[in-house]
Amino acid sequence: MNPFGYQRATSSEGAIRAVSTSGAKFLGGGTNLVDLMKLDVEHPSSLIDITHLDLAKIENSPAGGTLIGALVRNSDLANHPRIVESYPLLSQALLSGASPQLRNMATTGGNLLQRTRCYYFMDTAFHACNKRAPGTGCAALQGFNRIHAILGQSDGGPASHESCIGTNPSDMNVALAALNATVHVVGPKGKRAIAISDFHRLPGTTPHVDTNLKADELITGVELPPPVYAEHSWYLKVRDRQSYAFALVSVAAGLQMNGAVIQSAGLALGGVAHKPWRSVEAERSLSGASPGPDAFRQAADLALAGAKGYQDNMFKIELAKRSIVRALTIAAAGTRGGDRS
Amino acid sequence: MSQAACDQNEFPYESDEAESILAVVEHDPAQFSRRSFVKTAGVVGAGVAAGLPRIVAAQVAREAAATSPQSVGISIQVNGKQHDITLDTRTTLLDVLREHLDLTGSKKGCDHGQCGACTVLVDGRRVNSCLTLAVSVSGSSITTVEGLADGETLSAVQAAFLEHDGFQCGYCTPGQICSATALIDECRKGDLSQVSWHTGRTNHPALSDNEIRERMSGNICRCGAYPNIVAAVRAVSLDISSHPKESA
Repeated sequence: MNPFGYQRATSSEGAIRAVSTSGAKFLGGGTNLVDLMKLDVEHPSSLIDITHLDLAKIENSPAGGTLIGALVRNSDLANHPRIVESYPLLSQALLSGASPQLRNMATTGGNLLQRTRCYYFMDTAFHACNKRAPGTGCAALQGFNRIHAILGQSDGGPASHESCIGTNPSDMNVALAALNATVHVVGPKGKRAIAISDFHRLPGTTPHVDTNLKADELITGVELPPPVYAEHSWYLKVRDRQSYAFALVSVAAGLQMNGAVIQSAGLALGGVAHKPWRSVEAERSLSGASPGPDAFRQAADLALAGAKGYQDNMFKIELAKRSIVRALTIAAAGTRGGDRS
Repeated sequence: MSQAACDQNEFPYESDEAESILAVVEHDPAQFSRRSFVKTAGVVGAGVAAGLPRIVAAQVAREAAATSPQSVGISIQVNGKQHDITLDTRTTLLDVLREHLDLTGSKKGCDHGQCGACTVLVDGRRVNSCLTLAVSVSGSSITTVEGLADGETLSAVQAAFLEHDGFQCGYCTPGQICSATALIDECRKGDLSQVSWHTGRTNHPALSDNEIRERMSGNICRCGAYPNIVAAVRAVSLDISSHPKESA
């Protein structure tokens, strides 16, 4: 690990000033950052510890939704009565990620900024990684790419300066995408709100840039709209182990029912793209439909339109479709419908 | 690692030269201090960058800061005992416990937050001490496996691990025991797991074996003592639910 300075911030303004130093980074729970520092993937010149800022509350928002402070720990968020009652999709997603120890450490803001678990990004023995070392190519394209992206990736071949098939590893982010959350940030020029769908990026021509957050901006919180999916939602995570593993594919599904008809839907996928993959087309197709295999399979086909697999992850395309159908089926039956184990 | 490196006051990677430009964060860093920056800039400016425009000198100072070990004072309570320690900012809580305080109960397994052998309680919450920078928990209260017993009397979880043979080689055991200790507290508060959602039991779920397995999944046992670990945790949870006052 490279040497670094350390400062404990006592105000958001002070934190933003301090992080404007070249190479400085904010420290939240550290579960991803410290790990990547040990791997020599991240080498900040100094860490600005923001964990003592007053950003750990969960409050009602003026719009009738919920405002989650950026420093609320994942375990506290998953167990907060308001989240359990009104946003079970978020509680479920959080509890399906990492381990109890890591959830006790990880913050809401930090989870938004989780970096990809692509082996070729995390292991500096591999030369080619456009995300870690821009312009070097993408080793994953010809490597072991079982965990990699099938949607929205940049693929100009292994030597291209733009190629990247890494995925966003977060479960929380997938639920936030389906719930249509808003990320609140503050920087030297003041506050701004970023829709969750605009927060994370596709790799495009700059795969080293994960999000649209600026280096000197601080995430202050995440706002959830008024709850509409509390009764009919489900987070389905498919992975190699039953617990403590990243998703091969995950689905966050929410249905707002009007009698026997779907009034609106929220649908997002994890483990398949550089960002949580919300499918507005699939959501639209579900509006006004009767819940059932036909409507769900149609939504799944729409969500996976344009998907492209590689030698080791071709299976994800059909897996994602079936996972969507299953998540929607359970959501339609009811979030608290009984034993699904 | 050499003997000198294990001594709590020695940093094997610090040279005298590096030490002269260490940026020391004050013990109570309530405010951002510009002192460390000025001090660093002053030393480098005088020795290397004399005559350079100020902004260039500042840049040089930043680069020096990023390549020289940075020392910091922290204050932590471990198993009820206060410790004031000066250490490199890179030091993890796990390394402080093992290398500075000789508390070698907490184990270094993977050193990347994947195995749970380093699990300790920080202000009562279980965390991976290998991913916790020691400086970030200055002011906190730490409990390690060495702090669970009351004198010669083992904690309920420790006794249950013995009773149910919840280990084979024992390397993961301190982490398992710290994790299980926190698990019991979390369960008492009514915390949920993904199993709670899957079984539809989201109101103070009881600790079924599936709940125990899920809630202990952050602790890997390479010997595969899982059935006995589950039995130990089950025994403690049953004992608590049948004697709620004693456990409070």
